[in-house]
Amino acid sequence: MKLAILHELNAERAARRPVILVTDTESGEQRLVKARDFAGDPLRAELEKQLRMGKSANVEAGGKKLFLNVYAPTAKLVIIGAVHISQALAPLARSLGYDVTVVDPRTAFASPERFPDIPLVADWPDVALPPLNVDPYTAFVAVTHDPKIDDPALLHAFERNCFYIGALGSRKTHAKRGDRLRAQGAKESDIARIHAPIGLAIGAVSPSEIAVAIMAEITAVLRLPPKEKEEAA
Amino acid sequence: MLDRDEDILKAAEDWQKAGHGVALATVVETWGSAPRPAGSSLVINDDGTFLGSVSGGCVEGAVVTEAMDVIQSGKPKMLEFGVADETAWNVGLSCGGTIRVFVEKVG
Repeated sequence: MKLAILHELNAERAARRPVILVTDTESGEQRLVKARDFAGDPLRAELEKQLRMGKSANVEAGGKKLFLNVYAPTAKLVIIGAVHISQALAPLARSLGYDVTVVDPRTAFASPERFPDIPLVADWPDVALPPLNVDPYTAFVAVTHDPKIDDPALLHAFERNCFYIGALGSRKTHAKRGDRLRAQGAKESDIARIHAPIGLAIGAVSPSEIAVAIMAEITAVLRLPPKEKEEAA
Repeated sequence: MLDRDEDILKAAEDWQKAGHGVALATVVETWGSAPRPAGSSLVINDDGTFLGSVSGGCVEGAVVTEAMDVIQSGKPKMLEFGVADETAWNVGLSCGGTIRVFVEKVG
């Protein structure tokens, strides 16, 4: 691997931008393709599929054997609200490979006893969120039921273009939330991005089941191609 | 699992910049029960120091030896390890899988 390619690869990874390294395994020739350049690439379909799956693979193209090595950033999950659902959701998300952080200014909720081994930030979203580098490889879940905490957090998630944004609450609660967010300058397209009621409709009752429904929905959004995603929703 | 490799590619860059000969070994294909998925990698420098893994420790020794050749020659190599290979007797994968490992020089 040429040093220039290695350097660029490391820079992209440090910035949490996905890239795929394409290697001709016979000649050793290589090129690095950044996610934003996929659209114009001859291997576009293969690149998009492998990135979505987060899997490296071999393909044959133009009589060449190519290895596509996928470098996708580790997905993060930010949970607003150290509530009962979060106690089930955080370890579940961790077991799926997410870097999990729980944010809640209420220290009685955000206690290490309730969340062993999970990074906790007992601060208001405006203080807690900027250092977390919420980004397009972050799933964002707001479950406090308290507009003072959830609303500013959701505005932050819109701004950072999270791949998944979910919020707890019935349709009625969500309609009110939409009004509040609009009043604070949120765009209609942002509000439409919120998954609410949160999670896939699997009849979940207990906090653990709700956690499963949420992680199933996040997985679908992360992995399914756009068309199938619409059908699953 | 999403990938959680330690940052061995950064080490590869740092070693190279410090004047070491460096090789990168990457799992490009697996069959059967392989311990590390395609894309897993190992970096080796000319001291024989290495970071990362391409198997559960079964074939690393052989990969490091081959990597020394690659650092010398500059020519990439494709290695194959598994029960179907006679080297399996020496450095096979105890889990019964087969892996192909691409070894290339950095720089």
